[in-house]
Amino acid sequence: MATRQTRTLARIMSAPSIIVLFVWMIVPLVLTLWYSLQRYNLNYPERAGFVWFRNYYFFLTDPAFIQAISNTLILVIGVLVITVVGGILLALLLDQPIWGQGIVRLLVIAPFFVMPTVSALVWKNMLMHPQYGIFAWISTSLGIKPVSWLTDYPLLSVIIITAWEWLPFATLILLTALQSLDEDQKEASEMDGANFINRFIYIILPHLSRAITVVILIETIFLLGIFAEIFVTTQGGPGYASTNLPFLVYVQALLNYDVGGASAGGVIAVILANIVAIFLIRIVGKNLDA
Amino acid sequence: MARAASTQRKVTVTVAAWIVSLIIFFPILWTILTSFKTEGDAINISHFFQTAWSIESYFEVQSRSDYFRHFFNSVIIAIGSTVLALLIAVPAAWAMAFAPTPKTRDLMMWMLSTKMMPAVGVLVPIYLIFKTLGLLDNVWGLMIILMLINLPIVIWMLYTYFKEIPVDILEAARMDGATLGKELVYVLVPMAVPGIASTMLLNIILAWNEAFWTLNLTAAKAAPLTAFIASYSSPEGLFWAKLSAASTLAIAPILVLGWISQKQLVRGLTFGAVK
Repeated sequence: MATRQTRTLARIMSAPSIIVLFVWMIVPLVLTLWYSLQRYNLNYPERAGFVWFRNYYFFLTDPAFIQAISNTLILVIGVLVITVVGGILLALLLDQPIWGQGIVRLLVIAPFFVMPTVSALVWKNMLMHPQYGIFAWISTSLGIKPVSWLTDYPLLSVIIITAWEWLPFATLILLTALQSLDEDQKEASEMDGANFINRFIYIILPHLSRAITVVILIETIFLLGIFAEIFVTTQGGPGYASTNLPFLVYVQALLNYDVGGASAGGVIAVILANIVAIFLIRIVGKNLDA
Repeated sequence: MARAASTQRKVTVTVAAWIVSLIIFFPILWTILTSFKTEGDAINISHFFQTAWSIESYFEVQSRSDYFRHFFNSVIIAIGSTVLALLIAVPAAWAMAFAPTPKTRDLMMWMLSTKMMPAVGVLVPIYLIFKTLGLLDNVWGLMIILMLINLPIVIWMLYTYFKEIPVDILEAARMDGATLGKELVYVLVPMAVPGIASTMLLNIILAWNEAFWTLNLTAAKAAPLTAFIASYSSPEGLFWAKLSAASTLAIAPILVLGWISQKQLVRGLTFGAVK
């Protein structure tokens, strides 16, 4: 159907997007790689030079790096577990016939639209604040000493805040998938006397598997890059207790002006994200064929 | 009998669902309530509702730091980056949906893969380039960055919508002697408008809430709301009501947009994998 004329036109039409994305992907990445092999600190520009892999050596042997990597993984896995399990339960609940379903749905998805800096600050000051927060008030009412969340459990606090932001995403997608489950199939299994547990394991869970995979992969992409939530709550502290890889790179680059070291960290973050991306691309690609 | 049981069940499920959803929504509700309190009432949390409703905090937020300039920065950046992205993405998605080549699939995958690039991986060079070009703390610079990071999502989302437009219609128009230009304006565009509109909404939401580049590339002048709100992270005296007022204003418009577009959201956010 496509004539030569349309094909040429199609090429011209997609050219701008290909060019800008290509430039956007290649130029900064090559620069990051280049800087990562340089000794280059904005405070001492005269001491610049090619140092091969010294930056990587310093970055990888820095105790902060090991902690940042493990914090990154704990953050991603913690939020994933909470949002996927919570999302399945919530989706099952919201899929039932209830009064005011539309409003309940709106309330549940609302946190997803709150900008990260706002949600982090609201949680920090209005909920987790050891004096004026709701949690402190609940503790005091129950006669328990209030917890200073952000100083005593910094990483857990960041996980809770981030999970609150992403639970609606998981719920919304799983609910959409759940609603596409064939009514007849559900009824038939109920007729056959299958109890809820059996129905869940043999019918609902397999039906949700694709949606769950999509949720896990997309959330992972975003969770690997969590930044604002840490920036406005704990600033990575106390010490490095809640520093993840993006925050560590930010500290190196914009606070310590260590261009070389920060770039080495950036390259490591790219490698980490690529491992995840390979899986995501495969899954989405499969769905394209379907 | 059976009906009574099912009504009872519905009541139980309804109560459970409402309790859970109110707990999830509580931080937002609490913020909105607090924004209408006086600072004194705001820290007196044993009283859920205020003694008096006050809109004073809203005025203070504005007078303290010119809130509306940051609000307009957000509007300009979100809408500007969305329009730029659509200008580039609509032709590309059209071409890939209606004149696919054997390479189209790989091309789409490659575009998606650029979205996987972690922002920190390119923070340093972008920061230095912006510094050299004088684009730091500049609305236009930020607009371009946000356009680039959302472009793959926009192309993908448009592509999944365009794919659903029946090709037969285009061929019928061509048979009737419509030129490519006419085909585009009279046939494709009217059918594509709903898809373009939801893509636009989703992209505005994403751009409005973006909080990595906006925090790292702006200072006082071009800071959108994400960065402006972050300036409240170092508390100064009693500021709970003011923080709540600033937050409420920052999330209200996008909350409404999000609620309107919630159905299309799933598809956009999952690159068409879940509909």
